[in-house]
Amino acid sequence: MKPHWLRRPETIRKLWIVFVAVLAGTVAAEIAIKRHAIFGVDGIFGFNAWYGFAACVAMVIFAKLLGYVLKRSDTYYDR
Amino acid sequence: MIGELAVPPGAALILGAIGLAFAQGRLRQALMLAAPLSALWLVWIAPDGAAPSGRFMGYALTVVKVDALARWFGTVFALMAFAGGLFALKQRNRLETAAAQLYAGAALGVVFAGDLITVFVCWEVMALASTLIVWSAGAAARAAGLRYLLIHLLGGMLLMIGIAGEIKATGSASFVSMQPDSAARWLILAGFLLNAGAPPLSAWLPDAYPRSSFSGMVVLSAFTTKTAVFVLLRGFPGAEILIWIGLFMVFYGIVYAILENDMRRILAYSIVNQVGFMVAGIGIGTELALNGAASHAFAHIIYKALLLMSAGSVLYMTGKSKCTDLGGLFQTMPLTTICGIIGALSISAFPLTSGFVTKSMISEAAGERGLALVWFLLTAGSAGVFLHAGIKFPWFVFFQKDSGLRPPDPPLNMKAAMVLFAGLCLLLGIAPGLIYAYLPFSSRFVPYTGDHVVSQLQLLLFSGLAFFLMLGWLKRTLTITLDTDWFYRRFGPALLGIAVPLIAATWRRIAGAVSTVIGSGLLRLGLSFRTGYFARERASGTMALIAICGVGLYLFVHLAF
Repeated sequence: MKPHWLRRPETIRKLWIVFVAVLAGTVAAEIAIKRHAIFGVDGIFGFNAWYGFAACVAMVIFAKLLGYVLKRSDTYYDR
Repeated sequence: MIGELAVPPGAALILGAIGLAFAQGRLRQALMLAAPLSALWLVWIAPDGAAPSGRFMGYALTVVKVDALARWFGTVFALMAFAGGLFALKQRNRLETAAAQLYAGAALGVVFAGDLITVFVCWEVMALASTLIVWSAGAAARAAGLRYLLIHLLGGMLLMIGIAGEIKATGSASFVSMQPDSAARWLILAGFLLNAGAPPLSAWLPDAYPRSSFSGMVVLSAFTTKTAVFVLLRGFPGAEILIWIGLFMVFYGIVYAILENDMRRILAYSIVNQVGFMVAGIGIGTELALNGAASHAFAHIIYKALLLMSAGSVLYMTGKSKCTDLGGLFQTMPLTTICGIIGALSISAFPLTSGFVTKSMISEAAGERGLALVWFLLTAGSAGVFLHAGIKFPWFVFFQKDSGLRPPDPPLNMKAAMVLFAGLCLLLGIAPGLIYAYLPFSSRFVPYTGDHVVSQLQLLLFSGLAFFLMLGWLKRTLTITLDTDWFYRRFGPALLGIAVPLIAATWRRIAGAVSTVIGSGLLRLGLSFRTGYFARERASGTMALIAICGVGLYLFVHLAF
């Protein structure tokens, strides 16, 4: 049985291409619109793109490190 | 001023709750929908103003005080009670559905309360009713429900001491805006914040809510935390400390949700995260920020309930709620998937959804006040919302891997409730004028500018990129993450486990020593009856003298005192 079309590797490849194109588009759109920087740093080109990306990477890394200390088996309290 | 006959809107739901405790079949289902609609009607016909409704221990009570803020929260609470009832029509547990309406009615009671005594009474009814909702899920929820109740009774106690102190200091019980500048007001603030899911005692929320039934958590998600947002808006607007408490909640929610495996616990952590945005907005305190907090609460109740309806449908149809057991459900649950995604986009504040037109007001206000650090942290937090809830929830539940599960969409009433709220999420996002026309404070905000839309799309889509690039690190494991509840679930009991035998042993030693001393004394006394002083034979005259002296002594004592 063929997997659902959303599960096929070729569909997933196409979705990635579309996703990257949309990402590039949102950054390119910044040329066309007028941005209002409030604090200076947030006026740098593509600020929200790299800031959002970096913030997420930082949060995932922080969560991972915290996990080493605080993660327990999900039956921890049942014992 | 309104007349003496002003009807508290919550009364419709409380009467409904009484009816639901006895009604059966169709009548019960009709009541589950009709009572919230009547409450909504009462919210809207109540004219602005307040009327004294009685006295308690000499203090004037105002059970119904109507203004824009009360009507705002009253509207969304009544709507929520309706959708929650619609979603729960097939819930056979009578206790849960009756408790849900009592809970919603008490929440409306807080919203329309003009004095602190009424706030407190409704606050405690909410604590009890919500505990009953948790408990009605069965034996597995009993311990978590008890922990939930104890924490909320603790919060209620702080609140009560604070209110008593406030009334003593001001001589009035009326509920007006304050600053945390006295011990009593700090206690009131602490009691309010406990219900908001603020640190250090936020663990009650992810501990108890996910133990409730598929329909129970939908209702629970709305009232306790958002009533807390309401009383903070009413009582402590502009209290600086709320900014930092709110920001802590934002990041706490994100990090814990990233580590979580259970879909409903993910959503529980994200309640704390979202309420964090509102609490921070209340701390910022400008009219724009307060409007942001109030409107975000409105939008949040709807999309969070939608997310939990979608998760509840999955739980109802599969009996599973761990991400490690789920995946691939989009193939057979298309409507649940689409509604879940709409909820996820709304919580992430995607353009054209409700979250976009409400949350951006809070960061905009931080920018306007020149709070740079707050603005950068709120923006990072917005990116994190997409990461921990916006993509994570739909991805791990509906896509991810093929779990082999092939459940159909849930029954009609559950689908209808989801479609209703999904529609509202989109409607408010597309026509923000509907919200802005009724905002409780006066401020102007234009959400759809090229700048806002492009900035938000960049922020969210690049967060999405980070999610998919780091998917290996986000893979779900069969784990939980320890929280402050560890102190009362493990550390405290363990400490008692060591301390109790120690105390017992010490007590035994002391008691042993004491009883040896007393025992030997008693032994000597006992012996004296058999062989000693008391055992001697005496003449009857001597005995009579002793008896007369005894009676004389008694009479003297009796008459003298």
